[in-house]
Amino acid sequence: MPQIFPPSANWASKASILVTLVIVGTFLGILLNINRLDYVSKVGVPVDQPVPFSHKHHVKGMGIDCRYCHTTVEESAFAGIPPTETCMTCHSQVWTEAPILEPVRLSFRDNKPLEWTRVHDLPDFAYFNHSIHVKQGIGCQTCHGQVDQMPLMWKENTLNMEWCLECHREPEKFVRPREEVFNLAWKPPGDQENLGRQLVEEYQIQTTQLTDCSICHR
Amino acid sequence: MKKEKISRKSLDNQTGVRGNPAPSRGRDYWRSLDQLADTEEFQELIRREFPEQASEMTNPVTRRNFLKLMGASLAFGGLTSCTIQPTEKIVPYVRAPEYVVPGRPLFYATATSVGGISTGILAESHMGRPTKIEGNPEHPASQGATDAITQASILNLYDPDRSKVVKNAGRINTWGNFLADLDQALEMQRLKKGAGLRILTETVTSPSLGHQLGKLLEEFPHARWHQYEAANRDQVRAGAIMAFGEPANTYFDFSKAEVILSLDADFAYSGPGNVRYARDFANGRRLASGQEKPNRLYMVETTPSCTGSWADHRMALGTRQIESFAMTAAHRLGVESVSGGASIPFPDNQGWIGPVVQDLLNHSGSSLVVAGDQQAPAVHALAHAMNGVLGNVGTTVHYTDPVEVESVDQAVSLGELVDAMKADQVELLLILGANPAFSAPADLDFAGALQQVPFRAHLGLYDDETAALCHWHIPESHFLEAWSDGRSYDGTVSIVQPLILPLYNSKSSHELIGALIGQSGRPVDDILQEYWQGQDLTDNFEKFWRESLHDGLMAGTGLPPKSVKSPESLSLPRGTGTPMDEEDLELLVRPDPTILDGRFANNGWLQETPKPISKLTWDNAAQVSPATALRLGLKNEQVVELNLGDRSIEAPIWIVPGQAHNVVTVHLGYGRTRCGRVGNGLGFDVNVLRSSSSPWSAAGLKLVRTFSTYPLACTQDHHSMEGRHLVRHADLVEFKKHPDFAHREAHEFPEELTLYSGFEYNGNSWGMAIDLNACIGCNACSLACQSENNIPVVGKDEVRNAREMSWIRVDRYYSGDLDDPAILHQPVPCQQCENAPCELVCPVTATSHSQEGLNDMVYNRCVGTRYCANNCPYKVRRFNFLQYADRETESLKLMQNPDVTIRSRGIMEKCTYCVQRINAARIESKKSGDPIVDGQILTACQQACPTEAIAFGDINDPESKVAHLKSSPLNYGILTELNTRPRTSYLASVRNPNPEIIES
Repeated sequence: MPQIFPPSANWASKASILVTLVIVGTFLGILLNINRLDYVSKVGVPVDQPVPFSHKHHVKGMGIDCRYCHTTVEESAFAGIPPTETCMTCHSQVWTEAPILEPVRLSFRDNKPLEWTRVHDLPDFAYFNHSIHVKQGIGCQTCHGQVDQMPLMWKENTLNMEWCLECHREPEKFVRPREEVFNLAWKPPGDQENLGRQLVEEYQIQTTQLTDCSICHR
Repeated sequence: MKKEKISRKSLDNQTGVRGNPAPSRGRDYWRSLDQLADTEEFQELIRREFPEQASEMTNPVTRRNFLKLMGASLAFGGLTSCTIQPTEKIVPYVRAPEYVVPGRPLFYATATSVGGISTGILAESHMGRPTKIEGNPEHPASQGATDAITQASILNLYDPDRSKVVKNAGRINTWGNFLADLDQALEMQRLKKGAGLRILTETVTSPSLGHQLGKLLEEFPHARWHQYEAANRDQVRAGAIMAFGEPANTYFDFSKAEVILSLDADFAYSGPGNVRYARDFANGRRLASGQEKPNRLYMVETTPSCTGSWADHRMALGTRQIESFAMTAAHRLGVESVSGGASIPFPDNQGWIGPVVQDLLNHSGSSLVVAGDQQAPAVHALAHAMNGVLGNVGTTVHYTDPVEVESVDQAVSLGELVDAMKADQVELLLILGANPAFSAPADLDFAGALQQVPFRAHLGLYDDETAALCHWHIPESHFLEAWSDGRSYDGTVSIVQPLILPLYNSKSSHELIGALIGQSGRPVDDILQEYWQGQDLTDNFEKFWRESLHDGLMAGTGLPPKSVKSPESLSLPRGTGTPMDEEDLELLVRPDPTILDGRFANNGWLQETPKPISKLTWDNAAQVSPATALRLGLKNEQVVELNLGDRSIEAPIWIVPGQAHNVVTVHLGYGRTRCGRVGNGLGFDVNVLRSSSSPWSAAGLKLVRTFSTYPLACTQDHHSMEGRHLVRHADLVEFKKHPDFAHREAHEFPEELTLYSGFEYNGNSWGMAIDLNACIGCNACSLACQSENNIPVVGKDEVRNAREMSWIRVDRYYSGDLDDPAILHQPVPCQQCENAPCELVCPVTATSHSQEGLNDMVYNRCVGTRYCANNCPYKVRRFNFLQYADRETESLKLMQNPDVTIRSRGIMEKCTYCVQRINAARIESKKSGDPIVDGQILTACQQACPTEAIAFGDINDPESKVAHLKSSPLNYGILTELNTRPRTSYLASVRNPNPEIIES
């Protein structure tokens, strides 16, 4: 009885092993990298909001400081989202009729809060504290990007753990002078690492401790 | 007293299994009778981490579901971690309130009350949600600490089974309709000057509520106000009347007491002022902080208690014997007592009374005799007389007028109400907060009489047994939702201020009484301010009010000392101290140590917290001594019938070493039928056996054995240490001879003895020291931890599988004689080892060492292999076998501490030394540039501890309290022979027995 498979069929069986490996590898590769995709992390995707608030207009155009609205950024974990009252300090005087601001006026009139969609959303098991980062010389721009260039808000960085660790392992690459924290256009005057090393020492940033699990997880 | 010695042999017969006694080394400590007899069950328990079959699905339905789920989880395995986060909303304020900083809690001073007596607390609020209760450091009754029940009371606020709507005849109705209906009935009463109007409350110490009630009684002069609660203090009141001819409030100053004789008074655990008393008493025996002359406690009690476990000499006596003991002691101190019957001197087999009396006399003015709340009036009168003779009045004992607005004998008061109801004299009955249909003694038949009242309304936190019998039910506001005030044990007034608007449409007693006297719709804080403004306490009321609110107490409202004439002779009721027959059984009734008279029956935290001595959870039991069990042939969990007269209940047996012989102790609060899904149907109802004339003890109990058993969930052998010596104690004499006695049994290793490179700590290095001399096993730490760290409740079945989740467990050890053992408690949190066995075995590094010495636990990294728990010699790791944390119930979501992750199924968890508090302090210190000072970080357990037994701090700082304690010769680590180098260490307990008493 002749053999069913000719000798040339051997390459097919060998190839199938290879194909299987490639498929499994690709699958694992996708699995490991899927969260790095901008599509998943939504980096650079403007987020719809009830009012199309433009940081570009308010920060760059009007020159309003970050802390005018995000009042608790220096004292609390949460930077703070301004109450409607803060919007109305100006908008009871300017653009009082603008249809685009109708939800703001409604909120103020009916005492119903605005519901913003969160753009920078960490998982609930990660505890980020704004105040300590600001105090230790991490600029707003380092994480949030050039907010003054954003007509609608989007995420500039993935906020993945590996991204956090880039700085927690080597803070000297990112730390800036405290007085420049709220300066969105700041650029290191010379070599960042040199300056960073000085500042890490001056601000007593304990580099080894920054990678303790309980610094962020508890 | 007949004293039966029980040998191990007889114990073997009793537990049914013959085993070898555990090898003895030094002092013998044991946790249960099974361990002492070394039964097969116990061996099995220590061989396995969890009881057999705990890991198997025995319920067929669940098993089928389990297989289905397993298939599904295999298919989706690994993908679950790749979920895309749901979109979240941020909802800011419209107008931001003052002081609220999102992400930072605020603390408000308010007060909680049990049995009407207030204790000042600070309630933590996260953006308007109360999440945690702490003690108020400025309040005399709290001094910053709380008891276990106060810690757990926040759960009642968010209890999903709380009553939420006004009901009329079981149907939903409105407050407006109720008022209309009430007005109509009230008009009728107005014509009769209130002859048919009755108000029933629990104990009221609130001056403003008293004022409102006073107004009501002015408007309706023939109306009556009754007070009743099951765990009332009638006996204390009657005792004061017997001694002084008038009711008086007694409070104690344990800081000045050097020798204390407690006649069944569990003063450090329950009753008014318990937290303060515990603190003062513990301060008197803190050897590690240089105490030269520790105080001494003689305890005479029927059933072992927390305070009793502190005793230097403890004697277990029945109720009548305690009376006889008190009479004999008083007589020897020079108090003339006249009893109606022949006074039989106390048969002092142990040679106790002489030395005790001598010791008291030697410390005239600095001694103290305390009688328990449930003791007969005669015992209280004798205690007053003894304190008078000893010159303790004014130093360790203080008298004031009663703290209650109106001091009444509550049993009489309720009896009068029932008589009036039966005689159809009551037409309109308002029940405020009380639940008499459950808690009234059975002989009154309150429920039956109640139904003769034409209009009955009930205001209560729960739609309970009484609500079911009333026409109207109004949901009551929790104390964190309502304004009120109240007096503490020494009379100091605290204002109760709300932290949150009522979650449901609930009302407080002030609002309901207000509606009767034309204050309908008036804000209660208005009513309060008006009342206090009228008291002329200050010139600047506005300032005074704000300060009182801020401080949590009104300055200068403590009651002035009352001068009473201590009696030199007493006329005691006939029969006082007459001993019972040898064979006669006594029934002893006590409020439950955790759920009290049943008001906390639906509180899962308290239900699952092991009772301090018996370590039972989720149930009550008929507790008997080992000798009585042996005599009657009883075994643990065996159901018996308890007959008293014509009334009878069935109860499971629990054998408690240290209990008086021939006494069956049962606890109130169980057998509820309408308290909610947690507490319904648990245990048996003791009120059925109670009579209003002798509520706390009764002779002539008949006990009938049955063949059935009832499973009890007891944690005493869980997380067992296989008989290794974790708890250590010695007498003062021994301690003075060998200050290092705690180290004599331990093998300690040099630090280099490890294969791994050590850690270096340049900054802070956290450590904890727990003083076993101060610990009374009250569970306050355990419940504080539960509240702070979002620890879930698992239920009775899971507790039986040894799966309780408490991060800090309190182990109870016995030492010595079965009949009269010494009782020691040892809280065991994570030991945060230097050479941590858990860290090395985690395949995913979910647990690792931090730069400050903590064993960090990373929930999001954990894959649930449980290797760490298997490798932990201290058994302090807890695994979420099922989804224990409730993520569905809306109201419970509000309760969670936002600073701690809520764990899911399949995750290991453990004590973190409250790392969220450490982090918060570290961040603040870095921001301000000031170093963290000692005492700035308090772990939740440390903060709650009434006796300051737990110290936490930086062990790198030689000046810190914890470093100081760790340098004491009493300091020892547990299982140091494993070279784990734990950061949590213990200070051995030292007792101070009277050398003159020769222990038999």
